[in-house]
Amino acid sequence: MPQYMLSVCHDQPYEDLDFNDPEIQRMVASVGALNEELQAKGAWVFGAGLRPVSTATVVRSNGGEISMTDGPFAETKEHIGGFYIIEAADLDDALEWAGKAAAACGGFPIEVRPCEGA
Amino acid sequence: MPDELDEVFRREAGRCTATLIRVLGDIDLAEDAVAEAFSIAAEQWPAKGVPPNPGGWITTTARNRAIDRLRRESTREDRHLAALRLRGDDAMDEPNPDLDELDGFVDVVADDQLRLMFLCCHPALAADAQVALTLRLLGGLDMPEIAKAFLVPEVTLAQRIVRAKRKLRDNHAPYRVPRPAELPGRLDAVLATVYLIYNEGHTASSGESLGRTDLTREAIRLGRMLTDLMPDEPEAVGLLALMLLTESRRSARSAADGSMIGLLDQDRGRWDPMMIAEGHALVRACLRRNQPGPFQVQAAIAAVHADAARAEDTDWAQIVALYDQFMVVRPTPVVALNRAVALAEVHGPGAGLAAIAALAEALDEYQPFHAARADLLARAGSPDAAAAYDRAIELSTNLRERRFLEARKAANRAGHDY
Repeated sequence: MPQYMLSVCHDQPYEDLDFNDPEIQRMVASVGALNEELQAKGAWVFGAGLRPVSTATVVRSNGGEISMTDGPFAETKEHIGGFYIIEAADLDDALEWAGKAAAACGGFPIEVRPCEGA
Repeated sequence: MPDELDEVFRREAGRCTATLIRVLGDIDLAEDAVAEAFSIAAEQWPAKGVPPNPGGWITTTARNRAIDRLRRESTREDRHLAALRLRGDDAMDEPNPDLDELDGFVDVVADDQLRLMFLCCHPALAADAQVALTLRLLGGLDMPEIAKAFLVPEVTLAQRIVRAKRKLRDNHAPYRVPRPAELPGRLDAVLATVYLIYNEGHTASSGESLGRTDLTREAIRLGRMLTDLMPDEPEAVGLLALMLLTESRRSARSAADGSMIGLLDQDRGRWDPMMIAEGHALVRACLRRNQPGPFQVQAAIAAVHADAARAEDTDWAQIVALYDQFMVVRPTPVVALNRAVALAEVHGPGAGLAAIAALAEALDEYQPFHAARADLLARAGSPDAAAAYDRAIELSTNLRERRFLEARKAANRAGHDY
């Protein structure tokens, strides 16, 4: 069955989430419900929310020599805050899941891309 | 014979491609196969005569050639992959072999054209890609024709089409009519694409000639196909009615020298009575169903215009009432502008100007706003009319339209002393 990556697109960097914030609590609950639905319907492959972009490291290999830089690869405000890999029958099913994810993940846009070879 | 083949091509190419995509599971394979079948027809038909069912002949020939080629060129694994690229409803994945032998033809399913229409207008594609794919696959227009119609370089158009097809294939876009829950949104995209094609033909977005008949004809053909296949969708019927009623005025829209004539100045004797009659019947069918939507309301407005033997007989109060309904289903500044123009016909230019004042900011870049405002100002005897005409002329990208506005401006100046 085809696999798709659903990326949660943030337009601003975020810092650590405040889990006492009622809005964050609502989001955690709705994402949890979506994850359960994905698993129950056999669509779940993997998924995770990501720590703030300031925690990122970029690693490069230049002729076998490994180098590292602090910070994210792309120097933009926009970045991925989390992702799912799902299995879906076809694009329309994947888009339907993406719609649910957009609603569950605090209204952030969801980018849908098919995985190679799946 | 070339004419006859051409006519079969226009009528059948989209239908054959739609079925072949289902049978072969791949857009490119289907297109190549249909093209090959037509070139075989061009060789054989002049000597042997046109077969009794030309569409069936083309579809079967295309299918057989494609399968031969797959057997010749592909490994088993590739063939298997090819068959899975576009997924149809399970029951439809394979043609019925018994029926096939019985008829000697591939079973052409009417739904195939609908599936293809929904695939071409998939919401994951941008509007320009939807239009290009629809014209290419369902209309059977070739790349140079489409490129010319939309005034884009052929290479740009080719890239657009290749990219769209690849996106649909790589994403495993399904080849099916959307499920009832998805249908309203998906149908809107299809109707919007057909109307975009019609409008591009009706008033070319730029350049010298006012309309491109090929595109309007193709849009009406697609509209008919949709109403044949989905007779219970009132907006599809409304769109066809709207296109027919607009098209009925085609020959009255331009003078012998090619200049444009406004609706109220047209010789109504030149309106096409057949198209008006058909449009009227469709509008009446919509009214009976009583599920109004944007296309149906616009068609009803066009029908009121068509009812008036002379411009001064127009029932403007009825048109204002229809625009009120339109504002309920689609409250946009452009609709509000058209309502204001109708309002001015009932209550005078002052009422119209008052109604459009609030739209000035939203429609500052919209040529018809300034043209309408200029006309209202001229009728109210305001010296501001000239500047408003200038702004409309500045925003117009169509030469004939610009000439039309210049003439209006000149006529207004001649009538006043300023």
